[in-house]
Amino acid sequence: MAITREEVQHVAMLFRMSLSEEEIARLQQQLSQIIDYFQILQQIDTEGIPPTSHTFSLENVMRADEPRSSYPTEDILANAPLSEGGFFRVRAVLE
Amino acid sequence: MELYDLTIHEAANRLARRELSSRELTQTVLDRIHQVEERVKTYVTVTEELALKQAEEADKRITAGDAAPLTGIPAAIKDVICTKGVPTTCGSRMLENFLPPYQAHVTERLLDAGLVMVGKANMDEFAMGSSTENSAFHPTHNPWDLERVPGGSSGGSAATVAASECIYALGSDTGGSIRQPASLCGVVGFKPTYGRVSRFGLVAFASSLDQIGPLTKDVTDCALVMNVIAGHDKRDATCAPLDVPDYTQSLIPDLKGIRIGVPQEYFVEGMDDDVRASVEAAVHKMEELGAEVDWQVSLPSTGYALACYYIIAPSEAMANLARYDGVKYGYSDMRGDSMWRNMELTRQHGFGDEVKRRIMLGTYALSAGYYDAYYLKAQKVRTLIRREFDAAFQRCDVLVTPVSPTPAFKLGEKVADPLQMYLSDVCTIPQNIAGIPAISVPCGFAPAGGGSASGGDGLPVGVQIMAKAFDEPTILRVAYAYEQATEWHKARPKL
Repeated sequence: MAITREEVQHVAMLFRMSLSEEEIARLQQQLSQIIDYFQILQQIDTEGIPPTSHTFSLENVMRADEPRSSYPTEDILANAPLSEGGFFRVRAVLE
Repeated sequence: MELYDLTIHEAANRLARRELSSRELTQTVLDRIHQVEERVKTYVTVTEELALKQAEEADKRITAGDAAPLTGIPAAIKDVICTKGVPTTCGSRMLENFLPPYQAHVTERLLDAGLVMVGKANMDEFAMGSSTENSAFHPTHNPWDLERVPGGSSGGSAATVAASECIYALGSDTGGSIRQPASLCGVVGFKPTYGRVSRFGLVAFASSLDQIGPLTKDVTDCALVMNVIAGHDKRDATCAPLDVPDYTQSLIPDLKGIRIGVPQEYFVEGMDDDVRASVEAAVHKMEELGAEVDWQVSLPSTGYALACYYIIAPSEAMANLARYDGVKYGYSDMRGDSMWRNMELTRQHGFGDEVKRRIMLGTYALSAGYYDAYYLKAQKVRTLIRREFDAAFQRCDVLVTPVSPTPAFKLGEKVADPLQMYLSDVCTIPQNIAGIPAISVPCGFAPAGGGSASGGDGLPVGVQIMAKAFDEPTILRVAYAYEQATEWHKARPKL
């Protein structure tokens, strides 16, 4: 199943990741090959079989809603590329 | 025998008898690192100063009579596990300068037990890979043949134990990332049941598959590390609220009454003859030790597990990796003209090729119009794989198989062909899909092919032993009995 160049670009943008021309060409070829391999699953009959999302299913893991201190703001912001006044700083989203 | 070659239990005995101090042991391991690390490249960060400080604290504890079995023993932590204030890179440019503001649960447990951390072990970027060649920093070399890979993604952890650049290590396993490198490097590597060990502070790859486990020089050490890291932690909602047995109680040197199954589907086409012969010989040895063996067990969906995994794992990875946006932490490319453009550039330049490939696979599999055909289909196949294991464990206590279809391959051999690289995980993926525990234990050596640099004993081969969920004790019993009846675990590479 050949993946088109446009599909590669579309999928990359769904994830908000840019790719170079060379990467697009390489991924087009590699993803096509890997997704072809996935077709093997179509051979297997899964009619009426429920999906498994987790193998050890715990339901409704509850804890008491008790206030506790969080990590200090400065510790969390210490790894931020840009911060200001106790906030993460980004370029303006709205002009 | 050199001090750095000691196992945990051997070193702990000497520490307890005061024949050796942690400071002395730690210095010996650090000297070993200085001596061989340049050739093997097992670490991203060596924490020499911290190790010596922790060794002094451990010695005080030992003097005060407050020692636990791991107190003062030098260890390596895979660089995907958070260590407060110590760089945790995940083998990625994205986290090259990331200093975790907290400890992972397993790090906390080890610190309470008297950890001496000598370094953060190298790995494939974000634990995606089977050779450690996807590290953004440098590949790791196999200590048995420096021209070959150590396996992956916990290749740094496996190689550093094999090269005696630490006494034990922690790794993580999403589709074989502890067991496959353990097999290729000739050490013991254990992936516990999904939910047995808390993942709090483990940088997430595929959340329904990831599990932390030990890489050690023998099975006794494996049980000792499991005793410290296993158990409930409320900070990981998937962590099992079940009691933890004393795993050292499972170290029984006979296999009377144990029923072993050998699933034929694991002896895949193209499997190396020496691997097949070593694993079959291991099963015969287990039979001699008292086990009953059924050679005709069948798990018919095994051949679908790889495709199933390479849909599920990248889909989950895509969701987990969306947090790397260049805003909160990590690499940030600010050359764009908008917040969105910066995010796109951050990911293009912060992630390596394999990580991008998996993000693309996962995003594709989950995108509109493809969800039912790929992700939902894979989850249904996952149910079938689980059911086949459930049925097999009605009749067998453990299943025994190869770990990797081949011994260590050459650096560069599979880099250009992602699908070939993925196929090296074919025997270690079904256990993560089903959430069951599995171990790799050394079971022989395959003669190295042409052009080998080692010219020595050949390349290590591991045998895999798996059991039903939370039956770690039976796995450890079989692994221990087999190990004690053989000499493979005593071999060390010549470096």
